[in-house]
Amino acid sequence: MVLIETHDLTKHFGTLAAVEGVSLRVEAGEILALLGPNGAGKTTTIRMLASILRPTRGTAQINGFDVVQEPIEVRRSVGFLTEHHGLYTRMRPQEYLEFFGSIYKLATNVIRERTVDLLAQYGLSEASELRLGQFSKGMRQKLILIRALLHDPAVLLLDEPTSAMDPSSAHMVRESISGLRSANRAIVVCTHNLSEAEMLADTIAIILRGRIIALGTPKELKQKLLGDPVMELRLAGSLDGGLRCLPPGIKTLDTGKNWLRYQVAQPEIVNPKVLQAMTEAGVKVVTLSEVERSLEDVYLQVIAEGENNPGREG
Amino acid sequence: MKQSADQVLGTIAGTWIVARREIRDQLRDWRILTPIIILTLFFPLLMNFTAQQAVDFVTRYGAPIIGDRLIPFLLLIVGFFPISISMVIALESFAGERERLSLEPLLATPLTDSQLYLGKMVASLVPPLGAAYLGISVYLVGLMLRIDWRPPPQLLLQVLMLTTIQAIVMVSGAVVISSLTTSVRAANLLASFIIIPVAQLIIGESVIMFWARYEILWWIVVALSLIALVFVRMGLRLFNREELLGKEIDVIDLRLAWQRFWRAFRNGAMTPIEWYKDVLTSSLPSARWAILITTCMLAAGYVIGLQLAETFTLPIDLVSLDAIGEALKNPELSFGSLPGFDWRWVLYNNVRALALATLLGAFSLGVLAEILLMVPIGIIGYFAGNVALAGGETLHFLAALVLPHGVLEVPAMIIAGAAILRLGLAALSVPKGESLGQSWLKSLAEWARIGVGVVLPLLICAAAVEVFITPRIAVWLLTG
Repeated sequence: MVLIETHDLTKHFGTLAAVEGVSLRVEAGEILALLGPNGAGKTTTIRMLASILRPTRGTAQINGFDVVQEPIEVRRSVGFLTEHHGLYTRMRPQEYLEFFGSIYKLATNVIRERTVDLLAQYGLSEASELRLGQFSKGMRQKLILIRALLHDPAVLLLDEPTSAMDPSSAHMVRESISGLRSANRAIVVCTHNLSEAEMLADTIAIILRGRIIALGTPKELKQKLLGDPVMELRLAGSLDGGLRCLPPGIKTLDTGKNWLRYQVAQPEIVNPKVLQAMTEAGVKVVTLSEVERSLEDVYLQVIAEGENNPGREG
Repeated sequence: MKQSADQVLGTIAGTWIVARREIRDQLRDWRILTPIIILTLFFPLLMNFTAQQAVDFVTRYGAPIIGDRLIPFLLLIVGFFPISISMVIALESFAGERERLSLEPLLATPLTDSQLYLGKMVASLVPPLGAAYLGISVYLVGLMLRIDWRPPPQLLLQVLMLTTIQAIVMVSGAVVISSLTTSVRAANLLASFIIIPVAQLIIGESVIMFWARYEILWWIVVALSLIALVFVRMGLRLFNREELLGKEIDVIDLRLAWQRFWRAFRNGAMTPIEWYKDVLTSSLPSARWAILITTCMLAAGYVIGLQLAETFTLPIDLVSLDAIGEALKNPELSFGSLPGFDWRWVLYNNVRALALATLLGAFSLGVLAEILLMVPIGIIGYFAGNVALAGGETLHFLAALVLPHGVLEVPAMIIAGAAILRLGLAALSVPKGESLGQSWLKSLAEWARIGVGVVLPLLICAAAVEVFITPRIAVWLLTG
């Protein structure tokens, strides 16, 4: 089931095109990461999805509701973790969550039950007597995640959920987000943290100057933008024997004293042939493995291309 | 029926959710609580003391009437001071949340614009109004105990209603300002647009109360109620989540403003003829209601002038048609020979009057412009009334001195008045999705289209007729 669908979504602020022609589909159970540098249009995009900003052009449907025609239903379907927590600092957590629960018209007993459960789940039960102004950054971030989850929304929009957090708090929040994946829920995470996007997302959309310039799974993006997988063969002895017995057609990329790297479109077919050839030639193989290529490589390449071709659309 | 009742109940429920949180928050803030407590308890006691001292003093010198008038006035003041805090709270409502970055989570909830706006309004009103009522009670109890003074029920009702409605006016205006500005500082600066008129109002009320014309206070209550309604409607109309969130800085972008104005002024026309046709077929018909209202206002001005003639009648030898005819025979007094009386001078005066009307109308919802335009018509009515009282024919007088150029000038005034009225009302009818500035620039462009395309040509022709033709017709008709 498609829970988020946008077509040609565009937002202009005066003469500034903040978002231009964004088309996305996010299915239930899927996590999409909107990846891009500061000012790329990530926040504007999800503010349109949350029906806070009105698109200049294009359409967006959230859980079947149109963001322009049915804003109240859209906001009811969405849990929005804003970039800035903006808590009411004189309130206590229970009271704060009761306030938001009542806005979503949840019954008082339901709010109480969920609040208690969620506070316990996120390790905030102990802090229930504190005022929110006394919360640490990590605690605040967890609380606003709870706020976004309180009404069990079909769509979660998370804007920079770990920005400016220390590594352990960020890790904790990432783990929490990962745990929110459910068959009935779609999640969009805006981030400029590459490892966070790679860790959480099924699909990544790289956005630059308001345009989606790359879209796909992390694997697809790597394949598409960095080419075929690169394999590394490590031998027990010197490389000379190994190089001689490589099957024809294999293009070596790099070599060392006892290793070589080659690029291959179909490793499942080619690699067994390589191993067989080595065995038959009596060359002892220590390892044959795929070289890990990071999303950072993809990102930097895409951004560089995007900067050089500002008119290109994804 | 049931659906709309549910809708109203839903709005009330959402409003109360927003208001309740804010009220609780305010009651935890010592910066709000301290002045409220002081103004609620200490200030009325001080006023009690002042009242007693004043009464004793003036009685000693045989002027107890001053004391009698002072006590009700202090009753009003005791209620007013706590409600002045409501404006501070209201100014902070949206701009403060924006600064504390707590606005976005609220805007992302399914609360409607009305619920958010009214919730903020109610939250700004309840604690200060509660404090005001309590302060009034403390003051009254003190007076009963000290000097055995009991307010007439009508006066008490008037003071309570004035206190409430003044608070609503200040709060609704302040919430509008707060929702349109990006910072509390900017909101506070703009608050002078509310503080100064309210201060003047209080001075006026004090004069009325010392004058003991308490019945006028009812009219003030009615007028303030209308203003409050206008402000609330304006606030609901202008409430725009996007503006609240998207506006980062308050800067004047004159270039962008000019581009928007010019686009609206041209309205897609490529040639002057195309533009002129568009003005006649689009702008003019869209102003028909405003034209009707202005016509009625000017007609009312004429009738008022006629009635004033009965009250302030001029001597017959000044206003009889014969006397006017005699005066016209004198070449020294004929209009055409007056120094500087040429068509350019007439046009300049008319344009200047309309410019002033525009300036006044733009900031008074068009009301002051309508009043200003009623004045010359009222003067014509006044003279026509005097002519009639002197035994002359009103139509004869009008045909000789007014109608030749009036057939052009009066429609020009009506159309200009309508355009100004629409410009003044632009703040109340901002289309959803547009900012106040965008909507106002569009209205300004509409005003300019009508001004340049219709009013100015009519005024030029009217000025020429007034200088070259009207005097001749006047001489011909009035001197035989």
